[in-house]
Amino acid sequence: MIAYIVRRILYVIPIALGVTVFIFSLVHLAPGDPLSAVVAPDAPKEVVEQLKRDYGFDKPLPLQYVIWLGRAVTGDFGISVATGRDVTSELGPAILNTMLLAVAATLVGFSFGCLLGGIAGYFQGRSLDKLATGIAVAGISVPHYWLGLVLVIIFSVELNALPAMGMGPGGSRAWAWDAAHMRHLILPVITLSVIPMGIITRTVRATVAEIRNQEFVQALEAKGLRKHQVLRHIAKNAAPTVLAVMGLQLGYLLGGSILVETVFSWPGTGFLMNDAIFRRDIPLLQGAILVLALFFVALNLLVDVVQTAIDPRMRRN
Amino acid sequence: MRALSRRMKLAAAIVAVAMAVGSYASQNARAETVLRVGMTAADIPLTVGQPDNGFEGFRFIGYVLYDALINWDLSSADKASGLTPGLAESWSVDPNDKAKWIFNLRRGVKFHDGSEFTADAVIFNFDKLMKTDSPQYDARQASLVNFRIPAVKSWRKIDDYTVEFTTKEPDSFFPYQICYILMASPAQWAKTKDWQKFAAEPSGTGPWKLDQLVPRERAELIKNSGYWDSKRVPKTDRLILFPIPEPATRTSALLSGQVDWIEAPAPDAIPRIKSAGLNVVANGYPHIWSYHLSRLPDSPWNDIRLRKAANYAIDRDGIVKLLGGYAIAAKGHVQPDDPWFGKPGFELTYDPEKAKTLLKEAGYGKDNPLKVKISISASGSGQMQPLGMNEYIQQNLAEVGIQVAFEVMEWQSLLDRWRAGAKADQNKGIHATNISYTTQDPFSSFTRFMQSDLHAPNGVNWGWYADAEMDELLKGAKTAFDPKERDTWLAKVHTKQVDDAVFVWVVHDVAPRAMHPKVKGFVQAKNWFQDLTPVYIQE
Repeated sequence: MIAYIVRRILYVIPIALGVTVFIFSLVHLAPGDPLSAVVAPDAPKEVVEQLKRDYGFDKPLPLQYVIWLGRAVTGDFGISVATGRDVTSELGPAILNTMLLAVAATLVGFSFGCLLGGIAGYFQGRSLDKLATGIAVAGISVPHYWLGLVLVIIFSVELNALPAMGMGPGGSRAWAWDAAHMRHLILPVITLSVIPMGIITRTVRATVAEIRNQEFVQALEAKGLRKHQVLRHIAKNAAPTVLAVMGLQLGYLLGGSILVETVFSWPGTGFLMNDAIFRRDIPLLQGAILVLALFFVALNLLVDVVQTAIDPRMRRN
Repeated sequence: MRALSRRMKLAAAIVAVAMAVGSYASQNARAETVLRVGMTAADIPLTVGQPDNGFEGFRFIGYVLYDALINWDLSSADKASGLTPGLAESWSVDPNDKAKWIFNLRRGVKFHDGSEFTADAVIFNFDKLMKTDSPQYDARQASLVNFRIPAVKSWRKIDDYTVEFTTKEPDSFFPYQICYILMASPAQWAKTKDWQKFAAEPSGTGPWKLDQLVPRERAELIKNSGYWDSKRVPKTDRLILFPIPEPATRTSALLSGQVDWIEAPAPDAIPRIKSAGLNVVANGYPHIWSYHLSRLPDSPWNDIRLRKAANYAIDRDGIVKLLGGYAIAAKGHVQPDDPWFGKPGFELTYDPEKAKTLLKEAGYGKDNPLKVKISISASGSGQMQPLGMNEYIQQNLAEVGIQVAFEVMEWQSLLDRWRAGAKADQNKGIHATNISYTTQDPFSSFTRFMQSDLHAPNGVNWGWYADAEMDELLKGAKTAFDPKERDTWLAKVHTKQVDDAVFVWVVHDVAPRAMHPKVKGFVQAKNWFQDLTPVYIQE
């Protein structure tokens, strides 16, 4: 088990390097001058050239990559072209704000997903299954940008019950776990949780339904085990598959939804990257994508390790 | 005993009076008034001196925290907005050398940090933008504003309250250029010598001071009670700016009461906003939505008949209706009430029959359509509703025999292509570009597009237009130092521009903004910038 974990950790290094090359190339392959979005359209040429030198954009691309990578491993992602602020100081708070939203959406989405999926899988073919599956399909199909806007219209504009945007009085720096701030979480969390809820529901349903029909379950029932004891066995067998999907969904949520964060003006990584894309803020984009990609890699590693820990078949393999 | 009793009575009386005074004071203590504004920008504009985020940056941060030597007169909604003394009380050109300007500075003005505004601050700020070896030089700020002051060559201090500027050649447009250069405090900068740190604690002379800045979330500004223009001390205590780039979110924030004022509500949300009892204000301002035509040798637009035909073919009133009434049908590059409008003979009317006649004369028609390609964007500052508007115009033009194909691209990409000019490889096959323009000052309105030597890479005469007579008219305007005479020249420029149908003009924006009825005192000037100081909240 320890050897497996060490091996998986070592695999992360070439994966991370590959990710950096991919991100750097993709961002620089996009057409357009790296400064065009942040300098005035008719800025004097000599000023633009000076800025290019200041940001290192005058150097050959491979050299720019090496310099960037060398700094990135120390946590220095450079200076934002648009704002002049340190990229790390921009990313840090944004990641925390997205994590707040993502963790809350995870709790809501995964809880409901497991519940609905479990019900649907256990009562496969019956009306409860159809109801739960219908809810799941609706969750996956509804565009969450649209859903966010509709929720705002209903709960903020018409009912005046919940706020339409932001992180509360005083903004993210004044965040507190009180009603005044938690109200701001409700609508974006619901919006963000519907897709993961739908996906987890369907995954759990399929897995539970498959396991439910296996011979060992019939054997357990024949032995006289109570329903909740049989369910415990089903859950343990379903866990590795469901965990893998949950890990992917959590990674997706941690990446920050550009659309949801823009609709709710939530100052997370999605909101940050939306602005960085439109302003072609290359250092910020590179830094943000790299950190999020590495999050994803780390999360997958964690899911693999947890899967191995709970599934004896994987340990034997 | 008697003495004690007297003392006790006196003490009781004093306490009673104190309590009465305290009670009166607390009842009458005014709660802080707050104006909350939802901007279209995705971040708080730079507070460092020269703002980013285009003219919205000037509107909500630039002219809020800072002043220029010359400011814009934003006091009237009815007349064209001109220049007014700012940190300079007066200015004049040297009659013996019209490339020299003397600015007499206002005395007794203090920066927010308490230091005094003098000629040294002017020199400091111009060095910041243009003297690359000065310790305060900032290329980022220079990139944002230097192109707006192409005339300046040098600057020097005559005494503590007098500065002399020398322009590259006699240029009467110079005062219009000076108003974009904002005065940041040298003393504040000297504390850290770091513009990033300055941005966190900026110091200007403006009517507001920065109290709190949370990047990408909010900026809170408090009124500068000691502002040098006593008539413009803000009537609201606190101004809070929120970046809300999504139009639907901005509208919802207003409707739900999270903000009091939003910029650019979504046009289809305006009826909803009005039905909720909120106010929508709008006013014409120096903006034009048009097609900037290529005049390269292979461009069909070199035929004046085709340029006029395209202008006749557009149903401008239909576009205004498409925008819910929030636009003004164009009669030229500037609006008829502008002192530079002149007396053009070519009238922009919707006359498809005239268009067809002209096209037929030029050898085109529905059977042999003129085929053109235009680069447009899907969104962008000042672009209004580009996709809907362009599709509408495409149909108008098709009806007369002009087939338009669009190359749609992202806004920044369109600006890249614009900078590159019509001759650039990336613009091959493009006959016109659709970028909205400011017509706030003479250089921005006319010179940069029509002076023949200001094509790429020297400027944004995108279409490589060249006309000797126009060059002479522009020169005449530039060297006319009497304002009335200059306006007369500019009117001639505009008259020729319209009569020659140099552009295809469509509409002017009216900058709709929506606000809660408790927001009072706002005067929407005919300007890209607005004065927030007279605004007050009436609960």
